[in-house]
Amino acid sequence: MAIPSNLRYTHDHEWARDEGDGTCTVGVTDFAQENLGGVVYVELPAVGTAVKAGARFGTVESTKSVSELYAPVAGRVVAVNEALQGEPELVNSDAFGQGWMVRIQVEAADALAGLMDGTGYEAHVAAAAH
Amino acid sequence: MDNPPPVNAPELQRTPLFDAHVRLGGQMVEFAGWHMPVQYQGRGLVAEHLATRSAVGLFDVSHMGEIIVQGPGAEAEVNRLVSNDVSKLGDGDACYALLCHAHGGTVDDLYVYRLEADRFLLVVNASNAAKDFAHMVQNARHPGIFANRSGDFAQIAVQGPNAARLLRRVAPGEAIGLPRNRVRVHAFDGGDLLVATTGYTGESGFEIYCAPDQAERLWFALLDAGADLGVSPVGLGARDTLRLEMGYPLYGNELDDHTNGYEARVGWAMRPKKAGGFIGSDPLLQVLAQGPARKLVGLELTDRGVPRAEYPVLHQGQPVGKVTSGTHSPSLKKPVALAYVPADLSAPGTPLAIDVRGQPKAAVVVPFPFVTPLPSNPLD
Repeated sequence: MAIPSNLRYTHDHEWARDEGDGTCTVGVTDFAQENLGGVVYVELPAVGTAVKAGARFGTVESTKSVSELYAPVAGRVVAVNEALQGEPELVNSDAFGQGWMVRIQVEAADALAGLMDGTGYEAHVAAAAH
Repeated sequence: MDNPPPVNAPELQRTPLFDAHVRLGGQMVEFAGWHMPVQYQGRGLVAEHLATRSAVGLFDVSHMGEIIVQGPGAEAEVNRLVSNDVSKLGDGDACYALLCHAHGGTVDDLYVYRLEADRFLLVVNASNAAKDFAHMVQNARHPGIFANRSGDFAQIAVQGPNAARLLRRVAPGEAIGLPRNRVRVHAFDGGDLLVATTGYTGESGFEIYCAPDQAERLWFALLDAGADLGVSPVGLGARDTLRLEMGYPLYGNELDDHTNGYEARVGWAMRPKKAGGFIGSDPLLQVLAQGPARKLVGLELTDRGVPRAEYPVLHQGQPVGKVTSGTHSPSLKKPVALAYVPADLSAPGTPLAIDVRGQPKAAVVVPFPFVTPLPSNPLD
């Protein structure tokens, strides 16, 4: 299971990548997609929507279950991955790449620093598995 | 994403195949008080579902309850308790039936196997085994002939068009090639298996009852022998989507204490006019005469989204019923649901909507089953 070291992570299995321009890209982790099983539908907010850290911003549905998506940081949605409308399975095949979900204009510059790094997330996943 | 539920709950029961599931990467969850695999790593619900429809799937269903009714008068006792007509069964025959309350609601749905004259095996849902046994003993004329033997049986279902080919390699015997709803004894590894041509996936195949200490050897023998037949272990997730695609009711979703078999569209398993009737047959005769006020229907969403249990069903913007089970059908690649709606809105083609978290999504009533399984592949 992949846990890239250049990303930040939430306890709810979202990842966030600092794009260096005041925005971050957000998706769900490899661990998340494996637990979800085949993703069949992703519901994302409209561009311009304000999101709060830890609050629901969308929904990902697999054959097995429905799961809420929680924003890693507060800010405004500046892009959504339209490709997921037609190909929701990208979340399974490329969780950290083409399966990205939204890009957020971050409200507080240091918000990402409050999230787990790869090592912290690895320990979190190991704890969740036991 | 929401965190998966904790799985290390020591109070949960384990089937004899628990270690096998862990070794195969089973993602273990709580189900009806048991540790069960919901899907297997590296496969997943959709792959497991499709393997069952196109090849053959192995299911651990050892959590199911087994009740033996044995002794003089066993047939009459069973026939008074269940909705189908057990007097029509010969030795080695089986039928699906409901166990009903006196008011006509459903205690459980079950399979009845006549092993011999006056020896019956009743297979019930894990979550209901204790309730069913209490209901039987309370209502029986000879309660002493009922025994809850759930701990003495493991059960493995082998389902799909390659099921007969696979079983013939591992435990050949009389059941292979028989029509549905038969049960025979096969030999395996120095012991006996009860092999039934039953199942709950819609596929041809078998449900095999064995001693708990045989289960792991049988499971791995089937997996090893079936590699070239496309065999896959299958978790509870795909077990649910497979039965949903057939429109088969699941107790707790489509059936409960206050739902009757006519509403749930299993009238074919109801024989309220049989000699002597059964517990609950009087109110059920009235339902039969008048027709049920609400009916279970299949719905296909024509909008995007995935229907789930408890979502309201709308007609012209007004709530008229509720989804009982819903998913994205792996076979059809479409969102489908089972739902209760008023009888006058149950005809195929009726346009309805499902409230998916506040958004009405267009849906249409479609006939059961959602999919038609392939025939069994010929034996080589």
